[in-house]
Order: sequence, then C-alpha cells, then structure tokens
Amino acid sequence: MAGDLFYILVFPGFLFLAVFALIADYIDRKLHAKLQNRIGPPWYQPLADLIKLAAKEDLIPRQVDPWLFKLAPVFAVTAVVTAALYIPIWRHGTPMSFNGDVIVVLYLLTIPTLTFFLGGWYSRSVYSMIGAARSIMQLFAYEIPLFLSILAPALLADSWSLGGMTLFYAHHPWYALFNAVGLFTALISLLGKLERVPFDIPEAETEIVAGSFTEYSGRLLAMFRLALSIEMIVGAALIAAVFLPFGLNLGGPAAFGLYLVKVLGIVAVIALARTVFARLRIDQMINFCWQFVAPVAFLQVIIDLVAKGVIAR
Amino acid sequence: MSEIRSRNVTIPIGPQHPALKEPTSFSVTLSGEKILQVGVRLGYNHRGIEKACESRSFIQSLYLIERVCGICSHSHSSCFVQAVEEIAGLQLPPRAMYLRTIVAELERLHSHLLWLGVAGHEIGFDTLLMYTWRDREIVMDLLAAITGNRVNYGMNTFGGVRRDISHEQKADILKAMDTLEERTKYYISVATEETTLIQRLSGVGVLSHDDAIRLGAVGPTARASNVKRDIRKDDPYAAYDQVPFDLITSDCCDVYGRTLVRVGELMESYKLIRHLLNNLPDGPLAVKAPRKIPTGEAVSRYEAPRGEDVHYVRANGSEKPDRVKVRAPTLANVQAVAHMLKDRYLADLPIVVAAIDPCFSCTDRLIDLTRDGDGRCDVITWGQLHDYSMRWYKGQGMDLAKLNNRFKCGESS
Amino acid sequence: MKHPGRMVRQVLSSMLRKPATVRYPFVKVTMPKRFRGRLRFYAERCIGCRLCMRDCPTDAIQIRKIADKQFEADIDMAKCIYCAQCVDSCPKKALESTLDFELAQLDRDKLRQTFRGQPPASQKPPEDPQDKP
Ligand code: SF4
Ligand code: SF4
Repeated sequence: MAGDLFYILVFPGFLFLAVFALIADYIDRKLHAKLQNRIGPPWYQPLADLIKLAAKEDLIPRQVDPWLFKLAPVFAVTAVVTAALYIPIWRHGTPMSFNGDVIVVLYLLTIPTLTFFLGGWYSRSVYSMIGAARSIMQLFAYEIPLFLSILAPALLADSWSLGGMTLFYAHHPWYALFNAVGLFTALISLLGKLERVPFDIPEAETEIVAGSFTEYSGRLLAMFRLALSIEMIVGAALIAAVFLPFGLNLGGPAAFGLYLVKVLGIVAVIALARTVFARLRIDQMINFCWQFVAPVAFLQVIIDLVAKGVIAR
Repeated sequence: MSEIRSRNVTIPIGPQHPALKEPTSFSVTLSGEKILQVGVRLGYNHRGIEKACESRSFIQSLYLIERVCGICSHSHSSCFVQAVEEIAGLQLPPRAMYLRTIVAELERLHSHLLWLGVAGHEIGFDTLLMYTWRDREIVMDLLAAITGNRVNYGMNTFGGVRRDISHEQKADILKAMDTLEERTKYYISVATEETTLIQRLSGVGVLSHDDAIRLGAVGPTARASNVKRDIRKDDPYAAYDQVPFDLITSDCCDVYGRTLVRVGELMESYKLIRHLLNNLPDGPLAVKAPRKIPTGEAVSRYEAPRGEDVHYVRANGSEKPDRVKVRAPTLANVQAVAHMLKDRYLADLPIVVAAIDPCFSCTDRLIDLTRDGDGRCDVITWGQLHDYSMRWYKGQGMDLAKLNNRFKCGESS
Repeated sequence: MKHPGRMVRQVLSSMLRKPATVRYPFVKVTMPKRFRGRLRFYAERCIGCRLCMRDCPTDAIQIRKIADKQFEADIDMAKCIYCAQCVDSCPKKALESTLDFELAQLDRDKLRQTFRGQPPASQKPPEDPQDKP
C-alpha cells in the first residue's frame, strides 16, 4: 500500500513527473531559442514561472460556475499523471498494468483536451469560447490518427497492454521497424494534442489571445500549464514505449537512463517542429489530418495486419 | 458542433490585443470561424501633432513631425522638409540629396525586414521573426552610426542634411549590403518554398487590381495588386531621378504577393544604396535656410516604406507654420483591409491586417465625434468630456469622482 | 521546390552559432561615435545667446545668467528628445551630446541637471572624441 502510494505520488508519479516536466519544458524552450539563434531562458525559468503564477491571485470571472472553473485544471493534471502510471519506464509493464491499459492511457490523454474545452467554454469570454471550440474540433482531427497509429503496433504484438507490447518487441526487436510509419503519424498527432506549432490553433495568440486559457490566472493557470508540460512527456513516453521499445531488458538505471534519452529526444523533435513551421488554420489542419495523416495511419494498421499474417505463417 | 457554428459572435480585436501592437479596434462579427463583418475604429492615438506644429517654429516642428512615426521617421521628416524647402525656394546641394536618399533606402530596408518578421509572428512562425529582426539589427546599427540614433534619425534639416557619411562608413555600408543581400535571398527562398508559410499567405486577403485602385491603396499593398504606383517613379524627389531601379509589382493580389513585393523591394534597395554610395557627389551638406519661411503653400509626396505619404504645409511669412496636414499611408490602405477580410477566416485577420504594414498612431490625425443615430458632428469642451467620462464610469459601477483631484479639468498630472 | 520544413537546415546550424542576443546589462554596449545621448554643457564657452533655447523643440534647456558673462544651464533630461538641435544651433560649441544612453531613473527630479562652471564629476567624459561634421 505504502509502495503504491509512493508509486503514485512520488516516483514515477506526480512529483517525478512534475520535475521531469519542468526539465523537459526547459529543454524545449532552450532548444527553441538556440534554434532561433537566441540565448534562451536560464535553467530555473519553468520553475520560476510556475512559482510566479502560483503566487498570483486567482481571478474568477463573475458569471462562471466557480466549481467547474476550478476543477477543470485539477482534472487535467490528474488525468495526465494517471496516464503516466501505466507507461513502462525501466521494465516491462508497471505495477498497475493490465491487459487493455493502452486504451486507458489513450483515453486518459484525451481528458486534458476536454478540460480545456470545458474550462474555456464556461469562461464566458468570446476568445475562450472560440479557443474551446477549436480545441474540440482539433481533437476530432488528430484523435483517430493517434489511436490508429498507437493501436497498430498492438495488433502486431497481439497484446493490449503496454507491458505486453514492450515484451513482444523485446523478443522481436526487428519487428519494431514495421511501425516506422506509425511513429511519424503519432508524432504529428501528438503535436496536435499538445497544441504546439503548427497546430497551436486553439491558443493562437495573435488571433484569440490565449484561447481557452484567456480567463485563467494564478494557480489555476499554473496547473493547466503544468498539465500541458506533463502531457508532453507522457505523450513522448507513450510513443517511446510503443515505437522505440529498446533497452528495457537492461533493467534498472540503464533502462531508466535510456527512457529519459528517448523522451527528451522526442521533446527535441517537437521543439524542432515548432521552430520550422508556421501555424496552420483550423480548416487546413483538419484537412491535413483527414486527407494525409489518417490514411497514412491506416496504412500502418494494414502493414501490421499483413506482417502479422506473414509471421503467423 | 452545429450550435457553435450557427451562433454569431462579435469579438473585439483591439484596442488592446496581442495581434495589434498599436491601439485600433476591429469589431469582428463571426459565424463560427468565418468573418461576416468587420468594423474598423481609429482614433485611439490621436496626438494633435498637426495642431502642435502651428505653435512651434519650423525647426521645432521638424522634430515633432519626425515623431509622427517611429519606423518611418525619415519619411515624415523628409516629406515635411521637402514641402518647406519648396515654399522657401531652397535648392539642395546634390550631396544632401544623395544622403537623404541613402537614409531613406536604409529606412526602407529596416522597415521591410521588420514587416517580414511581424508577418511571420502573426502566423505563428516566430523563427522568421527572430531571424529577420536579427538581420535588421545590422541596418539599425548602420543608421545609428550614420545619423546618431536608431529610430528618430534627425538626419534632415531645412536645406539639406545634418550628418555626412565618412569613407569608413561607406565601406561598412557596402559590406553590410552584401551580407543582407545574401540573407534576403535566403528569406526569398523560404517564402517561396516553405509549404506552411505559403498555405497561410497564398489566396489570403485578396484585393483585385480594380479594387486596389477603387479603394485607393498605396505602396506595396497596391503594387502587389499589380498597380504600378510608386512616388519614387511617378514624381521623383531627392535623388531618385538619377538612380536606376525597378518598380516591383506582383499580380498575386494577396498577402503572398505583398510579401514578394516587399522582399523584391529589399533587393532593389541594396542596388540603390550601392549605386548612390558609389556615385556620391562631393559638396556641402546643406544650404542656409531662413528662419522665416515666406508666405506660400506646398504639397509634398514621398514614397514611405508603407506607401505614399503626403504632407501639406502653409506658411504665412512668420517663423511658425500656418497649417500642417499629414496623410500617412496607412489611412489610404485601411479601407482595403475591411474589404479584404470579408468572408475570410478569423485566423486570417492578423496577417491580413499586418499585410498592409499598418501604423495606426501615424494615421490617427483627427477625431470626429458623431452622435449615435443622427450622425451630427459635435465639438465638446474638455469639461463636458470630463463630465461625460465620469458619468460613463459611474454607469459601469466606478465612481472616479471619489479619487483625488488629479484628473480634474485642465490639469495634467 | 516547395516542401515543409524549408528552414530545418538553417535552424540546426544555429545550434553551433553564437547567439545573436547581447547579454545587456551584464555586457555593456557602446554607442557609435555620433550617438546623441545625455547632453553636456561647457559653461566657460557659453555666451548666453540663448539660440539653443529658441530652437529646442521641447523647452528642455534653460540658460540662466548667474553673474557677468557667467551662465548656467538647466537641462531636463526627461523632456529632452535628444535631437541635438541645440548642439547644432550653439555658435560656441558649448553643448555636446555624449554617448551615455543609460538615463532611466526612478526619480524624475534626478533627470533635471544643472550645469555650472565645471561639468559635475558624475559626468564622465566620452572615451572617444566626437566626430561631429
Ligand atoms: S537635444 Fe533637442 S530636445 Fe534636448 S535640449 Fe537639445 S534641442 Fe532640446
Ligand atoms: S546656444 Fe550655446 S552659447 Fe548660446 S546660450 Fe546656448 S549654450 Fe550658450
């Protein structure tokens, strides 16, 4: 019991995730700056931002339902932290693993977007409402490709648990190569999920101020920000576990170190993407996802089905 | 979803908004993401510069006029001195003409580079912003070295210019031009090859050739709609009749075209500056100008980076101007913006507005207070305005009268 | 050829380049020689013609007679727009722009400076001679 509590609250639960998220946030920002030929923030900047926000007053608009307004960020953080508990870090599977946990993780990762929607929609501000509507429209566009590309490797592995999948690919390392296409589409969908350039449409600063978060301030905004940072590493960890399932056999510190490298590598790719692209428009984003990403993700499913058939024979 | 789509909302963009660095207000009626209607309201930054000039001597007015705009300060001051020089019948030494033109083109360089960055920022492409502004620093440093300041150069004076370009500076400028030309070529390749950029620019903010003429667009906005309109060619001033350069136009008629025109003009400016520097005539920097300008009036036109700038000056033989009128280029283009935004997406608004390279405080010259309904124009006194605002705030639940007397009539803090 | 990610190579090469940002105020920046910064007044040169006052667009400068052929200048650095018109107008070169641009003050009164006789000690002379045409 105490072990479980430690697992949930400290390592690799909330505390570890929060610290890791801040580090990843720093690396993302520093890299972004370096790529733009700037100096970038000092290492403590994400923490300083968080503390500063936490020290500020929480302003709650008069017309909103204070409960919903306050609960939305809490749910966002809880959901992403819960999702992290199922993702293997230094061994195959986690104490919480069960068959089907990959679906649970995917659904848990949808919750933050829903809280952005609820928080924004009930903020009673036109900017928030447009941001909220965009969040949800965008969700419909990237969610299917993300599901398809994550579930395809599961089909090949014939396991619906992340632990089972990593075990399968540990035994057949070369099979992971079949999923290269899925890695690509999953990364694109992750950009949409994290609302990063080129898909930062729901919080497009120059159009709708801060989108869903326009009315948020203080601790509540800090929580939303933290949720987004944690979501970034959880999403990256999920992709790492599914598409780059190497090195978990090393066990202990080596596997853990490799996990950090993989996650930060994906964070670096995200930073690069947001450096070299312009923000798309919502219609362009939806068209792109449906006309390009979804079919390619579907192709991944077919590849895995065929591969599975060939292997079975 | 259908509920979201069918509801019309009106959102305020400005006077304070991240997309606009200057106070102006667009009230945008949306149906979903589509813009149904745009209302533009100017006048938040009226500074009364024209009127203030009337109570200052010409030389004092010059520095005030220079501050109409920060980015095109040289444009406004040149336009003003041209008008005054015409009234006074001053003949400028050729070197002064050339130096004025060189600074004018340097200003165009930094203004267009600035625009390119702003355009990138408006469509979420901050990398372009960082890169172009980094390179813009080269021009800013040159301007600071030549004129003594980064923004309000103070280069002009009646009858000539105040600062010379030394030999070392000439070499520095020529070297900087090579660097910048190379960088600009790279930006041209980015603008014409980066898919996400083209997607956001192409087909956005369409202004047809005929509409551009009908709505009186000027500058790069007009030239991108294939209107061959450039004061430097149409009515050459300073040294522009002595230097070869091409008029850049585009027939894209959209924001993409405006981008191409501006980067094309950058390339022309490099050519121009090289030519001017290599053919810089010797001679004095200025002729002596009288303090009292003889009675007369003049209209002067100038191709600022944003388009045609017009100044009207009337002198009555005294030390002070009788009347000064400024028409900044943005005022000519702002009509086109409302037209370009109709039936477009909300997401296009920032870039369409930015594409005319607006400068709203330069534009805000005069406010007409029209009463709702009957459209009558009222002039109200300071006291009435004060009472009105007190009443208005009271209606909002704030009683400013309780605050101390700092805001009382006539007093400034 | 059109393709997304046109700037990838450029941004990656930025990783190896020195950042363009200047670490001001930790690293001091020097202004070009012609920079029009804080004004400086040489009382011994002034003849009290007040041409500077007449041309100043902002009334930032006041010349006062304190004794026979002795003048002091009151310059309000907050009003001054650093156009250096007074420097150009002065027939005796009694005014000069320095390279000092760090003028920010919390107290507005500190921006009002009176120059008598010798320029105050806080006025450090610029390192380079001014190259004024
Ligand atoms: S620099 Fe310009 S504003 Fe300042 S005191 Fe001299 S004339 Fe006046
Ligand atoms: S113009 Fe020069 S000499 Fe005349 S009062 Fe001013 S500082 Fe003194």
